[in-house]
Amino acid sequence: MAKLIMSLENAVIREVPLDKERVTIGRKAHNDIQVDNLAVSGEHAVIVTLLNDSFLEDLGSTNGTLVNGNLVKKHILQNNDVIEVGKYKLKYIADQVAGKSSVADFEKTMIMRGPLPQPGAAAAPGGGFGDTQINATTTVSSPSHQPLSGKQQEKLAAVQILTGPNAGKELELTKNLTTLGKPGVQVAVITRRPHGHFITHVEGANFPIVNGKALDAQAHQLNDHDVVELAGVKMEFFLKNG
Amino acid sequence: MNLSSALEVVTATDPGMVRSHNEDSITADGSMGLMVLADGMGGYNAGEVASGIAVAMLTNELRQALESSQARLADEPGSPRAVALIKDSAGKANAAIYQAAKSQPQYAGMGTTLVVALFYDNHLAVGHIGDSRLYRLRGDGFEQITRDHSLLQEQIDSGMISKEQARYSQNKNLVTRAVGIDPEVETEIHTYEVESGDIYLLCSDGLSDMVEDDDIHNTLSMLRTNLSLAAQQLVQLANDNGGRDNISVILVRVLGDYAVPSSWFAKLKSWFG
Repeated sequence: MAKLIMSLENAVIREVPLDKERVTIGRKAHNDIQVDNLAVSGEHAVIVTLLNDSFLEDLGSTNGTLVNGNLVKKHILQNNDVIEVGKYKLKYIADQVAGKSSVADFEKTMIMRGPLPQPGAAAAPGGGFGDTQINATTTVSSPSHQPLSGKQQEKLAAVQILTGPNAGKELELTKNLTTLGKPGVQVAVITRRPHGHFITHVEGANFPIVNGKALDAQAHQLNDHDVVELAGVKMEFFLKNG
Repeated sequence: MNLSSALEVVTATDPGMVRSHNEDSITADGSMGLMVLADGMGGYNAGEVASGIAVAMLTNELRQALESSQARLADEPGSPRAVALIKDSAGKANAAIYQAAKSQPQYAGMGTTLVVALFYDNHLAVGHIGDSRLYRLRGDGFEQITRDHSLLQEQIDSGMISKEQARYSQNKNLVTRAVGIDPEVETEIHTYEVESGDIYLLCSDGLSDMVEDDDIHNTLSMLRTNLSLAAQQLVQLANDNGGRDNISVILVRVLGDYAVPSSWFAKLKSWFG
């Protein structure tokens, strides 16, 4: 379970587990986290926790809510975020029970019924069916998996035209896909993948020629200084330094 | 009416890099104008069973309905018959999976997402349940047509988080609606006009969670002349990004007009209309 560590001037005051869906922060007594400080509004902010994610929302407080020094209205809390209300600091510690379940299990699509999950609700019937969960609270923090495109550390490569009117021109392969050739006549695509660059035939009666040999429909990995011939134009594929 | 000359269809499905088996099921029949994709969930092989039942039931039900009826599916005002057909067959699939899950303990709790596309009379009816999607590439515009039934989508709709923040959410895989979980399910169905040259993509979340919409868009527009390469490329992109889930892709290109020829009476009526 995620929790908040509340401190004032570097002295830890208490720990607050985020054990219910809404945990309110404010000066008035009915708040879950009561902060007795005039800089704090009566109803200052709320933290909504749904399974593995906690969301912080400022409730229109007079002096605002800061996260890591920035004023926020709404914010998805990340591990070690520091929330500031008045002079108090609340450090968000995400669930640390990683590794209880494999990533593969976590990624599985699950059905959730009812408008909101109830913390502490029983796990799905038939505990053996671990991946189908109905209204279950998973207490697993998973490595976030943003799509990696664009972040991959491939070597930078380029194609230089060797013949024809555009001879000498260079085209850097900065995208995942780069198409080359003449639409309607002959087109090939160079795909940038984690383990290298590949050329594949897209359209036209003739297939691309690499180092004098015609390709088939399969993708072909390009090596430094390979010479590609497409629609009568020769070009050289090469890796750039750095 | 045979639509095979009006539609070009390719499919690809892949278990991905992490899973040992594929719980997605797909079918595509260009001549019938019907494509179905389901992403099953449940322990052991229950996910495959659920998605398999859904795809088989929908295909059979719709095939029978289309073959037995004299009248072709035509565009009509209000709620066209295509919508009723999808609703009916999805309801039957739901009942079948629900029954199987109740009667056999190893299938308890199984369910599946569903996205179904039915092309008729220069139109397209799209039904979906869960987070399997349909996208459309029309000219340079790329659009997600279906709206997920997922916790994340609800959070975006309610303004709790932005689309940008949603990318980093850990709740990507929670669906709020699925086939076979309850005795009844509501299928969301809409109809759209179709234009020649449109490309439609049906996919499971194994693609849409692993590959950003911009990359899907680029791949489809750059490789639009070679649909099967585009399908392969999409699967490869998802795998290169980690391939954490099964990846299924159905691509449909509208080659030309497939209007139902109107009867002499309808023509007459329209002259005087």
